[in-house]
Amino acid sequence: MKLRLRYSRHGKIRFISHRDTARLMERAFRVEKLPVTYTEGFSPRPKLAFGLALTVAHESEAEYLDLDLVTPVELDGLAERLTVALPDGLCVEAVVPLEPRSMSLQQAIVCCGWRIEVIGAPIDDVTNAVAAVLAAPERALERERKGKTTVVDVRPAVISVEVHGETTNGVQLYAVLANGELTLRPSELVRLLDAELAMTGLACSLREGRVCRTNQWTNADGERHEPIVLNPTGAALAQLPEPPEASRPREIRAS
Amino acid sequence: MSSVWPRLEPRLAEVQKPARYIGCEGGAKAKAPDDALVSWLFTYPDTYEIGLPNQGLQILYEIVNERPDGRADRSYAPWHDLEAIMREEGIPLFSVEHHTPANEFDAIAFNLSAELTYTNLVNCIDLAGLALHAADRTGRDTLVMVGGHCTYNPEPVADFVDVVVLGDGEEVVGEITEVIAEWKNHGTFDRPELLLALSAVEGCYVPSLYEATYADGRFTGLVPLHPAAPELIEKRTIADLAEWPYPKEQLSPLTEVVHDRLNVEVFRGCTRGCRFCQAGMITRPVRERPADQVRTMVKNGLERTGYNEISLTSLSTADFSGIESTVSGIMADADDSGCGPISVSLPSLRVDAFGVDIAAELQKGKRSGLTFAPEAGTWRMRQIINKLIREEDLYDAVESAYSQGWQRVKLYFLIGLPSETDEDTLGIAELAKNCVAIGRKHSKRASVTVSIGGFVPKPFTPFQWFGQNTSAELQRKVNLLRDATRKMHGVNIKWHDPKATLAEGIASRGDRRVGAVIEDVWRNGGTFQEWSEHFELERWTSAMDRAGLSIDEMVYRHRTEDEALPWDHLSAGLHKDFLWEDWRDAIAEVGLPDCRWTPCYDCGACTGYGIEHVVASATAPAGGSQGTGQDLSVGSAVPVKLLERSK
Repeated sequence: MKLRLRYSRHGKIRFISHRDTARLMERAFRVEKLPVTYTEGFSPRPKLAFGLALTVAHESEAEYLDLDLVTPVELDGLAERLTVALPDGLCVEAVVPLEPRSMSLQQAIVCCGWRIEVIGAPIDDVTNAVAAVLAAPERALERERKGKTTVVDVRPAVISVEVHGETTNGVQLYAVLANGELTLRPSELVRLLDAELAMTGLACSLREGRVCRTNQWTNADGERHEPIVLNPTGAALAQLPEPPEASRPREIRAS
Repeated sequence: MSSVWPRLEPRLAEVQKPARYIGCEGGAKAKAPDDALVSWLFTYPDTYEIGLPNQGLQILYEIVNERPDGRADRSYAPWHDLEAIMREEGIPLFSVEHHTPANEFDAIAFNLSAELTYTNLVNCIDLAGLALHAADRTGRDTLVMVGGHCTYNPEPVADFVDVVVLGDGEEVVGEITEVIAEWKNHGTFDRPELLLALSAVEGCYVPSLYEATYADGRFTGLVPLHPAAPELIEKRTIADLAEWPYPKEQLSPLTEVVHDRLNVEVFRGCTRGCRFCQAGMITRPVRERPADQVRTMVKNGLERTGYNEISLTSLSTADFSGIESTVSGIMADADDSGCGPISVSLPSLRVDAFGVDIAAELQKGKRSGLTFAPEAGTWRMRQIINKLIREEDLYDAVESAYSQGWQRVKLYFLIGLPSETDEDTLGIAELAKNCVAIGRKHSKRASVTVSIGGFVPKPFTPFQWFGQNTSAELQRKVNLLRDATRKMHGVNIKWHDPKATLAEGIASRGDRRVGAVIEDVWRNGGTFQEWSEHFELERWTSAMDRAGLSIDEMVYRHRTEDEALPWDHLSAGLHKDFLWEDWRDAIAEVGLPDCRWTPCYDCGACTGYGIEHVVASATAPAGGSQGTGQDLSVGSAVPVKLLERSK
């Protein structure tokens, strides 16, 4: 049996790493005695498949994890029990069964929604910078990977950016950024906006404040789908819509 | 009490591993700040990853938080990157639970497990916003206390600390809490009165109540400055580990730490009598935890934390008298639990086939490397250090390991031991070569890693009089071994930097004057001295020069029977003449068997405290303890002076 988990990460625990998250999940599964499949060999490891890594210090409302079980388990109440077994701030929002040959999370996600706080410039300047980036046909960004610097046109990865008012320290943005062949990170969007401000001759530098991933989306028939959609009213499973066909990523309401 | 979190949080994304500073571990206690309670900040003066697993701190942390009159948080040394931000923002050292500034606690108590952390101790006191020297702290200023193995010679840190606590902390931490509570109720906050009251608590040493004397540049003794200050301070010893099943809720951290597994202490103390080993001398007598309590602690710990790795800790776990049944019980419980495969490790494996068989039984799930510690390369040398492992025991052990599927074996050795010759040193290479040859019969990839440490003589051991090898001499011996093993296929050699060994020597047996050296090294940026990338011997040698102290005099010189030692005012229970006698025996190459299963030598550790060795089973483990001269292949008869635990 395969399961897919959706979980969130908020508060102090946002400072842990992706590897830390993996270890904490493994421990919680053992506390809850989930019959997780282990790899063979001298150092057996539980078979877990994580989705996109979440940067240290970022929060999230939509993280995913797939796992293999040796035997089926009762799903009712499992999300709540796992949340209790996890440290404060990590919360399992839903657990659903997964079709045996589903696409991996890493491959399936085409873009993510982000709430990004930017600090260091007044809201009007940030708004202008956002408009300029969106109006531009291309935007080059220097990237350093393994000591090599490359210049990439990342404009296609900026799907949308909206200015959502001010926070205590800065300006709140909502952005949808691509994932896949061309991926853009929130910190890189901030760098693009900062470069935009510099080009207009403004003597301010923009930095990243609080960041939260709000969504991860797959693409099916030109439409975005969360791998697991949460039911905001907490309605019972019986009210679920008909499951979509197996070839598409599953979209299921979970309590 | 206030919190530094609002100032810390916005900067935390800038530092490496920010999860070090957020607390939130499984098992963490969150007893709210309340000035009516005596508040403790238990601090490990090294990084979070090294400090968090420290069992001593975790035990005291739980005991204090269980008390109605106390509460405790924890703290660790911030890494350089955060320290720079803290100093820039004026953020003091803080607790990880409530991010409370350290100077708002009644007491900050450090665990001192390694001498090279002393400069971090000083740095933490400074970061806490406290006066560096105890003499400059007044009134309600946070009390600075230290405990742990290094406190058997606390003189190098005596200027910085208010109270030194010797021995097991389980009982004394409560007694100290009561003294502080009473003093707080008093409301006059007369600090000298508090220090005097604490000096009356057994196991507590208040350095400011004593003055050191010197003649011709040499330490001659410590003189009490107050009539009530005790002349001899005895260590504390808990008689029965069964009454202290701590930690009950071991901390399970959010981020990776060393020893990241469930640790259950199976016994305290060791009577093998290895003469270089301070831990084995100062923690006597042996007190075993009942086997069924070990099993329950493991079972509960696994279910609560989700760990799948357990370490049964002690100074020599295969000597635990109920080891075989305990291990099979633990494995059976794990099979029943449905939590998945587990592995159990014994941190100190016995060097014989019996030890390996236990390891094979334990590591069904996950097979880590096997480590043995023969400590010396020749039988002559092993008699001198009283680690009576025969060469054939080691070969049996590695044969057994390689034949059961292990590919890599690690061997620990010391160099710079008393009366060591080059023949003894090169014996290490010879043993390694023979071990690889045994391994190659089973696997082409069989290898041996030889780990070499330079010997630092420690207080309260028979070697406390021995003059440490110079760092040049240690380096020469390392080179000898490196050259000898260069063409030995399958032998890898690693060594500890002889320069760091010298700095450790200065701090280990130095007197009060070394305090100025530690402060000097710290002022010149020498923190995290256990980290090779931050260690520079020059800081230490030039600090010694500036303090007018000689390395030859303090470290390299053999000490004499009649001279005063800087720790003579403290007692680990061991008679000084027993240690001297044992030192003479060492030079005469005479071994001394383990007293658990042989008659008593009157070292003083039991008789002085009116307690005896407590063992979980009256039957010695198969083969008895090594070094008893018993037949190692079969179980042995139980000797006379054995106290069987009453059920």
